[in-house]
Amino acid sequence: MVKLDETALPGVGVRYDFDGRYGKRVGVITHRDGRREIFVSRRDDPDACAMSIVLADDESEAVADLLGGSAVTRRMSQSMQDIEGLAMDWLPFEPSSPYAGRPLGETMMRTRTGASIVAIMRDGHAIPAPGPDFPLQAGDTVVVVGTPNGVTRAAQLLNGTFSG
Amino acid sequence: MPLGQLFLELGAVILALALVGRAAGRLGITPIPLYLLAGIGLGALFHLGDAPEEFIHTGAEIGAVLLLFTLGLEYTSQELRDNLHAHRRMGLLDLALNFTPGLIAGVLLGFTPLAAVLLGGVTYLTSSGIASKILADLGRLGNRETPVILAVCVIEDVVMAAYLPVVAALLIGGTLVAIGVNLMVALGAFALAFFLALRYGHVLSRVMNVESDEALLLGVLGLVLLVAGIADLLKVSAAIGAFLVGIALSGEVADRARHQIEPLRNLFAAVFFVFFGLQLNLASVPDVLLPATLLALVTSVTKFIVGWRGAARAGVQARGRFRAGTTLIPRGEFSILIAGLGLGIAPSLGPLAAVYVLLTAMIGPVLTRFDAQLVPLLERKKQQAPAG
Repeated sequence: MVKLDETALPGVGVRYDFDGRYGKRVGVITHRDGRREIFVSRRDDPDACAMSIVLADDESEAVADLLGGSAVTRRMSQSMQDIEGLAMDWLPFEPSSPYAGRPLGETMMRTRTGASIVAIMRDGHAIPAPGPDFPLQAGDTVVVVGTPNGVTRAAQLLNGTFSG
Repeated sequence: MPLGQLFLELGAVILALALVGRAAGRLGITPIPLYLLAGIGLGALFHLGDAPEEFIHTGAEIGAVLLLFTLGLEYTSQELRDNLHAHRRMGLLDLALNFTPGLIAGVLLGFTPLAAVLLGGVTYLTSSGIASKILADLGRLGNRETPVILAVCVIEDVVMAAYLPVVAALLIGGTLVAIGVNLMVALGAFALAFFLALRYGHVLSRVMNVESDEALLLGVLGLVLLVAGIADLLKVSAAIGAFLVGIALSGEVADRARHQIEPLRNLFAAVFFVFFGLQLNLASVPDVLLPATLLALVTSVTKFIVGWRGAARAGVQARGRFRAGTTLIPRGEFSILIAGLGLGIAPSLGPLAAVYVLLTAMIGPVLTRFDAQLVPLLERKKQQAPAG
């Protein structure tokens, strides 16, 4: 996982940045008016920005899509906001999971935790509404929806620490 | 005077400001000092009629109130709390380094103690408006030293919010007892309002947040002027009343109010600077040129030290430290506002502050642009000097 630093910029918004694997600091500033600003640091002066791009709300969504976020999950999360007490989480599927390579139906996720698997993210693509015979692979991200408690239990179920 | 003449003169003044503002944009500098110059020029070359003078005067007062109101809107109470807590030491260093030169200069120039305290305020306050404009224009919001710069601005604004009511109470003067009473009333009212703003701000925000933009604008503007009026009657200073309303409003209503009020603020703030320039007596400028220049040089160095040290503590390299130091140099709207309070007790405070603001507002932005060229020079100097 990338370690994100979050810094408040009073009067401006919030800055999130991380030290990129290729030797530069990369970050996003969320302005208060909803604009996003992507910046990348200079090589000779890591404290400064070499370049920054300001994006409007819809543009930043489009860029997020191109970078591997998915239209499915965004549409989901928008409708989610209207439902009180509903949680959604992206669970990384580890190779150590007891269900690695098994069909999805074997997890009995819905019966045992009350949470549902609504999509699988694989290689930057989303597979929405996978069927019960869909095989889970190491490296997948499993998108789960349920009560906050159910989502926690779903995570335990997938990594094999579930008891109940 | 006929209406036609009033409109003609006001239109000419505002049009002149527009030209000046465009020139500032071309040069890539802040328009504030140029507005001042425009005011000085107007005062020297033309004689405005009474009606436009009247309008400009009232407009200037509204400008001061709206400047502080939008400043209060910028910050949420949470940000104020966090910042004061995290950057206490830097704030104290800043106060010690930058308030003192003004104070000493005031004493040396033979000002009354109170006028010297005002001059301390003039040299203390970095213009958060100019600083944030530099950051945005040069694409430095993502820089590592930026949070340090913003933190200094926030702390100064809070200090100013406590400083203004005290000075306002002292300015009324009178016997010691009267001053004491005024001071207590002012500080009590300020503390109460500050507490209410932090505590019940969300309630006010909900009440003010109406569907229609028009009603929101009228409601917010009305409230700001009302509170400013009450604050002024309580001798707290109108601007601080407005600042507290700004602090109290948060969330959606603050965002919408900012959008609605911004054009108004821009107009009246420009009028405010013109008015200040208009009031200046050109004949008094040569006398203050030397002290203002010295003060500008000294306090540029002291601000530079604050930014440099603060950025160093945040783990920033030399170039970033230089940028932080230079971005903090410009003084602007609030230095003028504070000087404006003292025109009655020290007439030379006006021209002094004007020249001083002109200089610092030019020095900072110019220096900060050339971080890449200037820092190696600094470093070389350091290497030549014995390590210390």
